[in-house]
This record gives sequence, C-alpha cells and structure tokens, in this order.
Amino acid sequence: MIIINNRDHLDWHEGMTVRDMLDAMGYTYALITVSVNGDLISKDDYEQAVIPDKAEVTVFHLAHGG
Amino acid sequence: METPNPLFARNVPGTTEVLQRRTVGIAGCGGLGSNAAVALVRAGIGRLILADHDRVEASNLNRQYFFQSDIGRPKVEALAGHLRAINPGIELDLIDAALSPETVASTFETADLLIEAFDRAEAKQWLLEAWCGAYPDRPVVAASGLSGCGKSELIGVRSAGRIHVCGDEESDMSEGLCAARVAIVANLEANVAIELLLKGSVSHDHHQ
Repeated sequence: MIIINNRDHLDWHEGMTVRDMLDAMGYTYALITVSVNGDLISKDDYEQAVIPDKAEVTVFHLAHGG
Repeated sequence: METPNPLFARNVPGTTEVLQRRTVGIAGCGGLGSNAAVALVRAGIGRLILADHDRVEASNLNRQYFFQSDIGRPKVEALAGHLRAINPGIELDLIDAALSPETVASTFETADLLIEAFDRAEAKQWLLEAWCGAYPDRPVVAASGLSGCGKSELIGVRSAGRIHVCGDEESDMSEGLCAARVAIVANLEANVAIELLLKGSVSHDHHQ
C-alpha cells in the first residue's frame, strides 16, 4: 500500500513504477511533478523509477501563471 | 557592537541577523519574483540572485513590482533599483539572461534556497527537476495556481521533502491575473522561504 497526497491509498506491487502509479490514479495531465518519499522524480524517469512499498507519494499539479 | 539598522527596527526579534547571512535565488522576476524579492528585502535577507531575461512592459504593471518609468528596462535592473531604494545594503547578483535546465545549477550555486517564479508550467517543471537534481539537500519554494480573482480559501502550501508548492495548484493564467491574488502567492512563497531559512533546515556547506 502506498499513500498519495497524504490522502489516497493505492495497492502496491513489486516493481511498481511512477508511471504505473500515475496510470492507476488516472493522472493524465502532463504538467505535474512527482515526489517519492520526499525525493523529486524527473519526468524522464517515470518509466524506470520504482516506488517502494509504504511510500509517501506527492503529485503536485503545475499550473501556468506567474 | 554594530549599530542596529533602523530599517529593521520593527522586524521580528532575532530574525534579521539570521537572514542577513542568507542568499536566496529567484528564478523569474515577474508577478511572483518581483513581489517575493521585495518581501525578502524588507525582512532583511542579505543577498539575492535575480534571474530574468525580460524587459518591463506596460501589461506587467497590473501585478508586478514595477512602475511606468521602468517600461523597456531589463526587469532585473529595474527591480534591483527598487530593492536598493528599500535597503541600499542589499547584495544583488543580476542575471539578465534566459535560464535553461543546463544553467540552473551554476546560476544559483551559492543560493541557500530557490524561489521558483516562472510563469509557464513547463518551465516550472524543468526548474524543479534541475534544482533538485543539482542540490538535493537545498529547499525550493515554487508556485502553482494564482490566477483569477478571490478564491482566497483555495490558496495554500503543500510540501514533500524539500519541495514546497504555494497556490491553488489549479487556476490557470488564461483566466487572467489579479494583483491581489498574485501578490498573496508571491508573499506566501517569501513567507515559506523565510521560515525555512530561520529554521536552520538549510545547510551552508556550499559557502565553505
């Protein structure tokens, strides 16, 4: 089990990548940034970066404006 | 003993002395960066690294810390003038050039903390990746979702490790931008930065 945004729970499986997590959660928007246990994961690494069991995952939505 | 600077006489006791020894990098000097810089200088920050390649335009004046007489000037230069008009002792590094993922690490090498103050979401993304990749132990305070009017209750801060994101993470600049809401988020970024710098959660090994 992993926790996403301090709120949502997702069943964990061995070898689960950031991409697997995003697909399972239905995050299709490209403009996000993802942190696993406090470490930012670059978007080019979503297919390779493996999420450990009991990880705390944060998905930030990046909106235009400044 | 040094004579206390009267500029900071009403600051929170014990904070200015700490902030005077800190450096903050600000990536982008528009609505977020210009207003955050002003708040940091008033709080007593010692040094800022300001990066932006834009010139001031009339359409910036609805929310950015610039004036009619700044129009056409490089933003970093115009902002530097306003910051020095508040505190002539502020140390400023001015980078009048476009940042790229490749130049983030060298531009902000001496910064204790980075404030992300871009407008495009794609740029926010690569800036966060480049900073966290280069300096995994140093905090970054970013902004996402500051457009439109009102909706004060939706504005907040979410943190994960050394990444802190201010705003509503939702509203898009296509809605239009209002000074009050932009400045709230800019000052929220400055407020989070000041808290982190005071907490000593920031290491200073890179100054040695």
